[in-house]
Amino acid sequence: MLHGYTGSLLDGAWLTFQVAVCSLALALALGLAGASAKLSKLRLLRAPAVAYTTVVRGIPDLVMMLLVFYGGQMLINAATDALEWDYVEVNPFTAGVATLGFIFGAYFTETFRGAFLAVPAGQLEAGAAYGMSRWQVFRRILFPQMLRHALPGLGNNWQVMQKSTALVSIIGLSDITWLADQAGRSTHQPFLFYAVVCAFYLAMTALSALVFNALERRYSVGVRRAAA
Amino acid sequence: MTQLTVEDLHKRYGDHEVLKGISLSAEAGDVISIIGSSGSGKSTFLRCINFLEQPDAGRIAVAGEEIGLVRGRDGHLKVADAKQLQRLRTRLAMVFQHFNLWAHMTVIENVMEAPVHVLGLSKAEARERAEAYLDKVGIARLRDAYPAHMSGGQQQRVAIARALAMEPAVLLFDEPTSALDPELVGEVLKVMRALAEEGRTMVVVTHEMGFAREVSSQVMFLHQGLAEEVGAPAEVFDRPRSERLRQFLSGSLK
Amino acid sequence: MMDWHIIVDSLPQYVDGLWLTVQLTVLSLLAGLVLAIPFAVARISANPLLAKPVWVFTYFFRGTPMLIQLLLIYYGLGQFEWIQQQWQDGSRFWLVFREPYGCALVTFALNTCAYTTEILAGALRATPHGEIEAAQACGMSRATMLRRILIPGALRRALPAYSNEAIFMLHGTAIASTITLVDLTGVARNVYSQHFAPFEAFLFAGFIYLLLTFGLVGLFRLAERRWLAHLQPRKAVKDAA
Repeated sequence: MLHGYTGSLLDGAWLTFQVAVCSLALALALGLAGASAKLSKLRLLRAPAVAYTTVVRGIPDLVMMLLVFYGGQMLINAATDALEWDYVEVNPFTAGVATLGFIFGAYFTETFRGAFLAVPAGQLEAGAAYGMSRWQVFRRILFPQMLRHALPGLGNNWQVMQKSTALVSIIGLSDITWLADQAGRSTHQPFLFYAVVCAFYLAMTALSALVFNALERRYSVGVRRAAA
Repeated sequence: MTQLTVEDLHKRYGDHEVLKGISLSAEAGDVISIIGSSGSGKSTFLRCINFLEQPDAGRIAVAGEEIGLVRGRDGHLKVADAKQLQRLRTRLAMVFQHFNLWAHMTVIENVMEAPVHVLGLSKAEARERAEAYLDKVGIARLRDAYPAHMSGGQQQRVAIARALAMEPAVLLFDEPTSALDPELVGEVLKVMRALAEEGRTMVVVTHEMGFAREVSSQVMFLHQGLAEEVGAPAEVFDRPRSERLRQFLSGSLK
Repeated sequence: MMDWHIIVDSLPQYVDGLWLTVQLTVLSLLAGLVLAIPFAVARISANPLLAKPVWVFTYFFRGTPMLIQLLLIYYGLGQFEWIQQQWQDGSRFWLVFREPYGCALVTFALNTCAYTTEILAGALRATPHGEIEAAQACGMSRATMLRRILIPGALRRALPAYSNEAIFMLHGTAIASTITLVDLTGVARNVYSQHFAPFEAFLFAGFIYLLLTFGLVGLFRLAERRWLAHLQPRKAVKDAA
């Protein structure tokens, strides 16, 4: 149906999905670290976290990606030269995931920060008053409740992030967008192939919305029924 | 001259009949207070008069002009001509329990809004009118404030000025002091009392028995969707005939 | 570490790129907003013939990457013979879609329109019911109520969310560089390939974007002070009495 490109488009779709999931994992980790740093009492931790979120959210993701891809290569070249190692090439997958994770880590930082602050301080005090350690309070009381407050924001950011994965085609990763571009050129039917990419993204975002709605329903246990 | 006539008004929500045939007639200068416990249908009745709720049966006439009604396919009454309803609504100005001022407009903009954009007055005329009525309710100095920055009593007085600026045939008050802190009730009642003394025609749904007794020309006691007693305040308050009214009065006067 | 000469030498290019970025951002935001108002009204309409098509429009544009939308319009439309025929006949409307500038503007405007429509629809739905009743009770027609109460109130309530959308749009215009336009990002890509100086090229562009972002944030803060004065916390004003 797609002039024999079905298989390669599926490969591209799988690659795009991998980029999205790996970036998400990195962004979640950076987000948690960033939020912890921002909420820290130590200025030494707070200041870089504030700089991170301000700068990253002020610069287009494409510019950031090009900077990491080309700049990262140059830094690595300089490092390998200095250490007299062999040439190491930054592959587009790593650059793409690193950039998307780094960018969305800043957005997740804000989401997590807000979610941590939304947990009533009284509940933490109650934990401490019952003899829990700081780590126990974090793990048993703060974290699970924070997650519930964070879910809507995480869902929104994840939706934006999936769409940003299309940018990795610009740095040469053979994701679905790049492959559709190639297929469109050789068959002279670019509209058809881009429409297929649109359908893929619509399916992915729709599926994500379903998953997040289900998660939100699960994690809001005890919210609405608290009075019953 | 009769300003407002309501005949045999019915209203039901599903199986629950809220109003079981209520009639009312207000002559110019009448102040009719509607009292009753919560759930008696008194607010619904008032809201049916200007069609914020759709009555299921009945007739309504404002200053002699009857609102044309047709029965829709779902069995509910509908206004036959939306233009007529809009015109008659300008003759029935409403003051709400929760003020319902337009949050993005200043005080004077709230009062000028409908005169300019519904009645078609010029801005200058509307401003003059608005200033006069704001002065009357004692709030002229706050004309450029936003509603959210004012106390409830102040907001309700603005809402009264907004209603007056329409120069309506009848003023409808839907529990105008129920949402106010106790210490702010007095300032609103004082304004309403002054309006009654000027001879304005008013229909007031209220819990303020003192106001109903001293200011009204007629009191209507609603119970379970029926006008259980209607009469002059002295009659209704001092010689209640029904047990229900006696119970209600002893409860609310405590 | 940075070679400032590269930046100084390419300054005129950066200025041109900045101008294009500003044009694309401002024009698409304006067009998107103007279109979004009637769309949002249709979106909340009880009539499915009005609401459904708008839903489809916003669902598509919000569910797919703007890059693909841009490629679909710029490279995709040429696939159709009918459109090529229009180009040959010199149809002024369709010729817009042969130029990268036109395609970028149309894509960006439609994209921001979709997001803005949903923001405004949410703000319209959030209109306090009492304000609507008060408007009905003083005899306003539906059109007057929309024009005087619902839309002005919704536009104000939407301002904080819209300021985020405007910043997203500013950053989103960077993809114009993928269809040969030389906006700020396009200049950075050119400077990079001329000098192989990624840090100078992209960090400087990023710095300008950062300033633009701060500028937008500042503008919206001013706008909020002006248009959301009624929501700002302030002590209850003293009575005249």
